[in-house]
Amino acid sequence: MNSDQGAADLLQVRGLTKIFGSLKACDSIDLGIAKGEIHALLGENGAGKSTLVKMLFGSLEPHSGEILWNGQPVRIASPAFARKLGIGMVFQHFSLFEALTAAENIALSLNDGAPIGTIAAKARALSYSYGLPLDPEALVGDLSVGERQRIEIIRCLLQAPELIILDEPTSVLTPQEADKLFETLERLRAEGKSILYISHRLEEVKRICDRATVLRHGKVVGHCTPREETASSLARMMVGTEVRAVERMPAAGIDKAGPLLEIVNLTRKPATPFAIALKNINLSVRAGEVIGIAGVAGNGQGEFFEAVSGEVFQQDRASVRIGGREVGGLDITGRRLLGAAFVPEERLGHGAAPRMTLSENLLLSRHATDGSRFVGKGGLIKSRAIRDAAQRIIEIMDVRKNAPDPEAASLSGGNLQKFIVGRELDRNPSVMIVNQPTWGVDAGAAAHIRQALISLARKGSAVLVISQDLDELFEMSDAIAVMHDGGLSSPLPIAGATYEKIGLLMGGAEPGHAAAAHSTEAAEVA
Amino acid sequence: MRIELVKRPQRSALFSMLSPFIAFALTVIAGALMFAVLGVNPAKALYAYFISPLTEVWQLHELAIKAAPLILIAVGLSVCFRANIWNIGAEGQFTAGAIAGSLLPVLYPGLQGAYLLPLMLLTGMIGGAAFASVPAFLKARFNTNEILTSLMLVYVSQLFLDWVVRGPWRDPMGYNFPQTVQFSRAARLPELLDSGRANLGFVFSIVAAVLIWLMMSRMLKGFEVRVMGSSPRAGRFAGFSMNRMVFFAFMLSGALAGLAGISEVSGSIGRLQPTISPGYGFAAIIVAFLGRLNPLGIIAAGLVLGLTYLGGEAAQSSLGVSDKLARVFQGMLLFFVLGCDTLIHYRIRIVGRAGPATGTLAAQEGAN
Amino acid sequence: MDIWISILLTIATAATPLLIAATGELVAERAGVLNLGVEGMMIMGAVGGFGAGYLTGSPWIGVLAAIVIGVLFSLLFAFMTLTLATNQVATGLSLTILGLGLSGMLGTSFVGQPGVRLPNIDIPGLTSLPVVGKLVFGQDPIFYLSIVLVIAVAWFLFRSRTGLTMRAIGDSHGSAHALGIHVIRYRYLAVMFGGACAGLAGAHLSLVYTPQWVENMSAGRGWIALALVVFASWRPWRVLAGAYIFGAIWIGQLHVQAIDLSAFSNSSWLIYQPLALLKSLPSQFLSSLPYLATILVLVVISRNKRLTMMNTPASLAQPFVPER
Repeated sequence: MNSDQGAADLLQVRGLTKIFGSLKACDSIDLGIAKGEIHALLGENGAGKSTLVKMLFGSLEPHSGEILWNGQPVRIASPAFARKLGIGMVFQHFSLFEALTAAENIALSLNDGAPIGTIAAKARALSYSYGLPLDPEALVGDLSVGERQRIEIIRCLLQAPELIILDEPTSVLTPQEADKLFETLERLRAEGKSILYISHRLEEVKRICDRATVLRHGKVVGHCTPREETASSLARMMVGTEVRAVERMPAAGIDKAGPLLEIVNLTRKPATPFAIALKNINLSVRAGEVIGIAGVAGNGQGEFFEAVSGEVFQQDRASVRIGGREVGGLDITGRRLLGAAFVPEERLGHGAAPRMTLSENLLLSRHATDGSRFVGKGGLIKSRAIRDAAQRIIEIMDVRKNAPDPEAASLSGGNLQKFIVGRELDRNPSVMIVNQPTWGVDAGAAAHIRQALISLARKGSAVLVISQDLDELFEMSDAIAVMHDGGLSSPLPIAGATYEKIGLLMGGAEPGHAAAAHSTEAAEVA
Repeated sequence: MRIELVKRPQRSALFSMLSPFIAFALTVIAGALMFAVLGVNPAKALYAYFISPLTEVWQLHELAIKAAPLILIAVGLSVCFRANIWNIGAEGQFTAGAIAGSLLPVLYPGLQGAYLLPLMLLTGMIGGAAFASVPAFLKARFNTNEILTSLMLVYVSQLFLDWVVRGPWRDPMGYNFPQTVQFSRAARLPELLDSGRANLGFVFSIVAAVLIWLMMSRMLKGFEVRVMGSSPRAGRFAGFSMNRMVFFAFMLSGALAGLAGISEVSGSIGRLQPTISPGYGFAAIIVAFLGRLNPLGIIAAGLVLGLTYLGGEAAQSSLGVSDKLARVFQGMLLFFVLGCDTLIHYRIRIVGRAGPATGTLAAQEGAN
Repeated sequence: MDIWISILLTIATAATPLLIAATGELVAERAGVLNLGVEGMMIMGAVGGFGAGYLTGSPWIGVLAAIVIGVLFSLLFAFMTLTLATNQVATGLSLTILGLGLSGMLGTSFVGQPGVRLPNIDIPGLTSLPVVGKLVFGQDPIFYLSIVLVIAVAWFLFRSRTGLTMRAIGDSHGSAHALGIHVIRYRYLAVMFGGACAGLAGAHLSLVYTPQWVENMSAGRGWIALALVVFASWRPWRVLAGAYIFGAIWIGQLHVQAIDLSAFSNSSWLIYQPLALLKSLPSQFLSSLPYLATILVLVVISRNKRLTMMNTPASLAQPFVPER
């Protein structure tokens, strides 16, 4: 539909292809972005969105295809050249330097050699004019994710780009912060800038984007005008098939059940310079229920997970209780032996050892709980039994792989996550704590994982889900608590929870005033 | 033109096998070039270096004597390196083991029983392990860089040995030579065969290699070592403790280095003297890598490195080149091994000079 | 009085090679590269510097040769770790092993030969001033170079844009690459600078400190330089302080070994008693003091986990393979 109107387009992409090994990450992509439009690039994880924009920004080299800028063919050999053309980029995984100040970070992407002081002053002025206040002297390592994103945006705007690429910008923001970002984007559009907006969040694409290009498995599967579509029609284009909705069965008898997991006045000092202190956290999860913990990344979720899992001990032994037992002094193995299971946020390098096979990764979390099954006398490993168990999990969780027992790193994110969750479910744990269960996982696998966790709860286990994805939490949880700056709000029962209420708490509003406070002002406080 | 690395989806089994052989071949080629530069006939020199030391039975015994400490130490180091713990002070642990193991025969020269030798070996191992526990403790407790501390202790141990043999333990009947009394027969490691000097130390090294291989490939402890080394965070998630691993790896490798030290002293030397090692502790680092950190591979690698020592001595006497040549060969070998290991995880692609900053992409098509 | 001035002078001479080598390594580490081959590059610089000076008769050509050899040796390391992405720790070790072996081989014929010495400077009128004359105006040229080097590196890292880029690469090579910074190219330069400094430090050993060639004459100074960088938490001025503390320890233990105790018999007991105690120790114990002191300062500095984490370049020793 749009590829014929090329002449007027600021950026034209024709037949762009990128191959990694045997994988065609981008397969002959066509795309056109007009001046003054917000163009959405939609697609699931692994659809090729990031690869495409990295080629547009010069950090990846295409195998074939053509890029036209203002109608002229260009070869974007480096990010510096992209910036010179007028292309700016806000990365999903920020390309910031934690040990440097905001101003130094900005200076690094400007090629004019101006003194840091001048750059700082310019950045400060620009940031206030766009309503994204920023302290140029602050060390990036000390800043929240929202503030870090501001640096990325200001850094990009200072180069006066014609085209701004934003990669999943709202995935790290509260709903209110996202609103603020949309205002900025609309203003930029009004100034005649073009924006390539990458997202898998359909509601926001419908809300702010003029046109959309949808990718699936590295190919363009359609162009559309988001406002004329429904969320479900967009989802169908993105996923290719209908995604089965997750069913949250009624939780019978939760009220009578005792708590299986209790956190009582949990406090933790920051272990590293940039870590968050945990402040007096209280929570209990009963048999049969799923409790969600919402929060913007970097508000203490990782520290909380480490404390509850036993990767670090607690001085106050009573501050974590599993099945009524005080476990503050037990390590992760001791807590597992009491029936708890854990799935950390980072899959490669935390939940799984990347260069080890799936069966070795099965042994990773279960060498103690299934000691007699997997480890024989004198510490000899029973490889046969482990391989068989891994095979069973692979079948139950529908893990797709390219070898009988591949290395963890060779699996896609979604398939590895299915294996890791399956590895823990296979033990039928009485307490399950999952951090970011479906981050970066495709829709089908995500639904599978969420359903499996709900089923586990309904069979009588306590399930605690930490997530930055509010949709996911609303889909799964019986109650949602919010983590902000190392503190945890009391859980809101799902019936009374709204995106706005949760969003305000995520932004740091006092729990008591959550319902009353006015949305935008509260977000300012954050 | 530039060289680019392209990550392989899975590690290459072929290059895992081949890389030590390619590295050895490259070392020989580089060695030939070096001989040519030195004005020595390369064919003759290489023969003198790598072949002639293997032509007689007694020489094979000498090879076993050189290889034994290298294998023992390298097997221990392979556990450290697998756990991503950098013990480079094996030379010091070797020395500490030699000193500790010599306690009994030097202080009680009258001891004769069959218990003497086992006790010496045991105290040697304890000495090496205890000395290795110092950097382990500093790393676990204070997070101190183990590379630097373990290395500094090498100098300390050598100075201590120097003092011991010149001071308190000097043989009073030794015409003021800096050395201890000659060990009694009961304190000497028995020789294996009548055909040469090779002693029980070589057997220790083979047994140790097989046992450690068993541990690393078949046992939970070995799994723990591999997990902690390849991804420590996942190891902590598994319930393994990094601090315990630091002590385990250091003390295991220290004990083996200590065993090598006392075996050397009670085997081929027979007394304590200021210099007891031609750099075994450092050469063993090369052995460990050449053996691809696999204890069975290390047996072969230890023999190769042992050969560089013998070849160095042989080349010195027959060609008049410096015996430092052995060190040069060893250094080159390690370089080539590390370079070849890159091929296991990456394909190497040589790319022509990049075009001008702008231009069409069409020319780039099919760069692969 | 004179004895103290001469002690101070020898301390400066002992500190200079440590200072130069550590400053070079500091730049490499700030860019995220851990080069454990300092000892090897230094000893190669020493043998090359001695050899070139001995053969040409010009100590300056010796200095130049040492720097060139240091750079060439560091290029070997850079090619391995940066282009072939080998393990930096292991590669650095092999550089040291190779350097010690190669220098021993190349230097065989130099052993026992009289070398040339880089002359101290002599400014008429100033050098002969009492007390400060020799200290400030009468040392060897490399000493002055080392001070200039520290100032220049401090300015470069914290005031210049290129220095900022170096620090950024050391903090996160991934981010730097995403911004289009040529990580590998900068790292090559940083490693080569480190090599030049190590070579120069070696030249100082064989052309100033002891103008002759002795096998293994670096005696672990390269390793101490590496420790100094950690001790200094990657800050040039603290390297200067650290190098002089170590120079003092190194010289102090030598002086104590050589000292005639009776010369101090009427000094205050505050000086006499510690000296007498040290003097009563075997010389080997005194010789091991620099190494023990290194361990001690490493422990003291690394106890403070927060400080170490804040200062250590976050991508130090991590291999980097750009995705294209």
